[in-house]
Amino acid sequence: MEIEIDGKMAQVPDGSTIMDAAQQVGAYIPHFCYHKKLSIAANCRMCLVQVEKAPKPLPACATPATNGMRVFTHSELAVKAQQGVMEFLLINHPLDCPICDQGGECQLQDLAVGYGNSASRFQEDKRVVFHKDVGPLISMQEMARCIHCTRCVRFGQEIAGVMELGMANRNMHAEIMTFVGRSIDSELSGNMIDLCPVGALTSKPFRYAARSWELGRRKSISPHDSIGANLTVQVKNGVVLRVLPRENEEVNECWISDKERFSYEALNSPARLTRPMVRVDGTLREVDWNSALDYVAHALKDIVATHGGESFAALSSPQATLEELYLLQKLTRGLGSGNVDFRPRRRDFSNDGQLGGIPWLGLRFSEIKDLDAALVVGSFLRKDHPLFAQRLRQLAKNWGQVSMLSVGGDDPLIDLHAQVTVSPADLPLALARVVKAAAQFQGETIPAGLDSVEADATSQAIARSLLERNKRAIFLGNAAEQSPQAAQLHALALELARLTGATCGFIGEAANSVGGHVAKALPTALNADEMFAQPRKAYILLGVEPELDCYNPQQAVAALKEAALVVMLTPFNDGAAREYADVLLPTTPFTETSGTFVNAEGRVQSFNGVVRPLGDARPGWKVLRVLGNLLALPGFDYDSSEQVRAEIVPAGEGFVGGLSNDLERGAWLLADAGEGLQRVTDVPIYFSDPLARRAPALQKTRDAVAPTARMNADTLAAIGVTDGVPVRVRQGTGEAVLTARFDETVPARCVRVAAGHPSTAALGAMFGAINVERA
Amino acid sequence: MLTSESLKRIDREIAKYPAEQKQSAVMAALAIAQEEQGWLSSAAIEFVAGYLGMAPIAAYEVASFYNMYDLKPVGKYKVSVCTNLPCMLTGGVDAGEYLKTKLGIGYNETTPDGLITLKEGECMGACGDAPVMIVNNRRMCSWMNPEQIDKLLAELK
Repeated sequence: MEIEIDGKMAQVPDGSTIMDAAQQVGAYIPHFCYHKKLSIAANCRMCLVQVEKAPKPLPACATPATNGMRVFTHSELAVKAQQGVMEFLLINHPLDCPICDQGGECQLQDLAVGYGNSASRFQEDKRVVFHKDVGPLISMQEMARCIHCTRCVRFGQEIAGVMELGMANRNMHAEIMTFVGRSIDSELSGNMIDLCPVGALTSKPFRYAARSWELGRRKSISPHDSIGANLTVQVKNGVVLRVLPRENEEVNECWISDKERFSYEALNSPARLTRPMVRVDGTLREVDWNSALDYVAHALKDIVATHGGESFAALSSPQATLEELYLLQKLTRGLGSGNVDFRPRRRDFSNDGQLGGIPWLGLRFSEIKDLDAALVVGSFLRKDHPLFAQRLRQLAKNWGQVSMLSVGGDDPLIDLHAQVTVSPADLPLALARVVKAAAQFQGETIPAGLDSVEADATSQAIARSLLERNKRAIFLGNAAEQSPQAAQLHALALELARLTGATCGFIGEAANSVGGHVAKALPTALNADEMFAQPRKAYILLGVEPELDCYNPQQAVAALKEAALVVMLTPFNDGAAREYADVLLPTTPFTETSGTFVNAEGRVQSFNGVVRPLGDARPGWKVLRVLGNLLALPGFDYDSSEQVRAEIVPAGEGFVGGLSNDLERGAWLLADAGEGLQRVTDVPIYFSDPLARRAPALQKTRDAVAPTARMNADTLAAIGVTDGVPVRVRQGTGEAVLTARFDETVPARCVRVAAGHPSTAALGAMFGAINVERA
Repeated sequence: MLTSESLKRIDREIAKYPAEQKQSAVMAALAIAQEEQGWLSSAAIEFVAGYLGMAPIAAYEVASFYNMYDLKPVGKYKVSVCTNLPCMLTGGVDAGEYLKTKLGIGYNETTPDGLITLKEGECMGACGDAPVMIVNNRRMCSWMNPEQIDKLLAELK
């Protein structure tokens, strides 16, 4: 179809609007309510243009382009219409730009310069709109500025999947508000701040911190989840003041989650470790780098010399950079130890020797929208991977069928085709049912061990959606990877993929879940669980907080307390580390180091530091390099992190090679769940990593309320408690007193207790038996 | 929250639309809830929203948009006087003023005995009958000169 815009011809597909065509030829049409990712509202009227033969100006965002249409975006009629709209928009808009946080980055301000008058003809009183309190992240302090574009409302409905803001009342009384003053709790809510074209919705933590023109804009990559969202980090005087999404259609589109947006506050936290510390006579004392590193090198040499290399273990967070992970495993192996791992939340490593390659998502993020059916197994999807959930949400809206097998019945805010919620121990059985149904539909022989499995109606519905549809995928979530039956779940998912022709993949726990494999930070001896189950003499911990980040914090902390040497490379100086660490080496968070993350789809994303390291903190790769040199290990002479990376991935490579989810020998053995209560563990979104845990604004949200013991009505009754009663929760030698909460989504004979919080750090494994009694 | 009769009526409204478009019944459902409870409390709006599978704020948008929904308690009788332009030109405002002095209350107020609430209404589609009033959203009253108003008030009391 051909359409002429301001004399320029544009070829557009059927169903395009004038706005689409104008964007193609580079003609700018002013607009407020139009946003390419949201539905068309056409309520601001700013995009009025003149169309030949049309009697009135037409809104470009909502007028379909037709063949041979001639559009004038800057004709006298169009400009007059736009100026008229601008005059109306400004009638009730306060002229408070000098004290408005949006000043300098405000679409209304910019367009008013182009289309507004220098003085107003409106002599009457402007309307007054009361401020609202909607929680710790978004400020709705000056709602009189709102021009009712409803972008925030549509974002909630369409992208976040939950309508929290709405436009109440009518005409000049209309205002944006939440229902009876409730808070905005969506994990994607911060995007509304970006979408707001005026200063009505602003960032609460950033308010009055800086003007947009004072800020340096630096590119970076999110260190949190496995999506690897692209970020713009804004800096003033060497301090990170704001984080915004950097558009990358193939990764994060134009969104980021609130965790990515607001956890920067932790970077400037008073809890930052700025000087190395060494334990002298039982207390941690500040020392200089030379003494700290000398101390570590000598202590490590001594221990390895007396007890052998195997007495040393290294554990990294999966959020460490590729370079750090690589150097850590090189150092460990250089000391003659194979005890290195980067998967602290795992329990089942039995597939480690069977992997056909590096486990990954199985497809690219950009391919998700083309899927026809998807099955997610074992995931608290919305909170674990907000942007991945967002992509599946859009898929489900566009005729794709999304099903879930989960251990927590949290609403993913996705229009699900089918959902099964089972206890963690029954997750393999639930998946086996779908496998059996698929085998039956395909007329294939029933896979071994599944003879007695009954495929129920829901399993059949899931199997059918995977079979009847064209492009389909199976995704294993965090809970499936952390399960003690992870290897079985993997094997069953592969079998289901084989039967249905779907791809099988892992969503991945953290920023470098794929990168850790690429860096070979994998054990050749003791893995992340065994290195604590069989305590070692010396440990190096890189960016990991074992009491909060480990599968079994009880076991990890016990081993660390007994160890002769615990060296922590960490940006922070608080928390339980002070009880067991012998040396604290201040390393830098992602904003103060260069490095690389490899996201779940295998995309290699390198970034530079955006500010100088705080105090004496140093990038982790530099610390490990110097440590390697002091230990006289070969191959630690690097000048830059790029040199380290070049050893791991070839320069200029966009995606890593060797990705495969195949298993050489997959097996499953469906076991009975056994008697007694089981623990269902989620890692709440704002407890999941050291940065988020220390971000004050995030910690005030509803997602950061302290863990409770959630049970369904039967379980509550069996224990003899009711909602709100304190209960004593016990696992192994540890216990915690939590509040019992009624939650009908928790499976039978299960208690849901969150991990990653100090109040539950004394408890044991994330899966398995748990005791609950009235406190 | 609502009686089984009200729920039955709401179900009847829901049945008029495709199953996945339940929320199309929101206006009728809110009206039924208001009829039962006299006004729409936040709790009632949230209940209706939950019943129709929609966000509470979405139901609140509807309830706050139309002025025949009462978001605050009203008296036993709600008298709405049309003051839109045609009525205004034909004595609507005077009728409103007469009511105000007779009842001793202003718009959006209720008589101390809780009997009558006075409201400004929007066009009732009967401009030829001006001035018009509507009692409890159901009973239309046309040609409301002071005499007729007195008669109406006597009847209500």
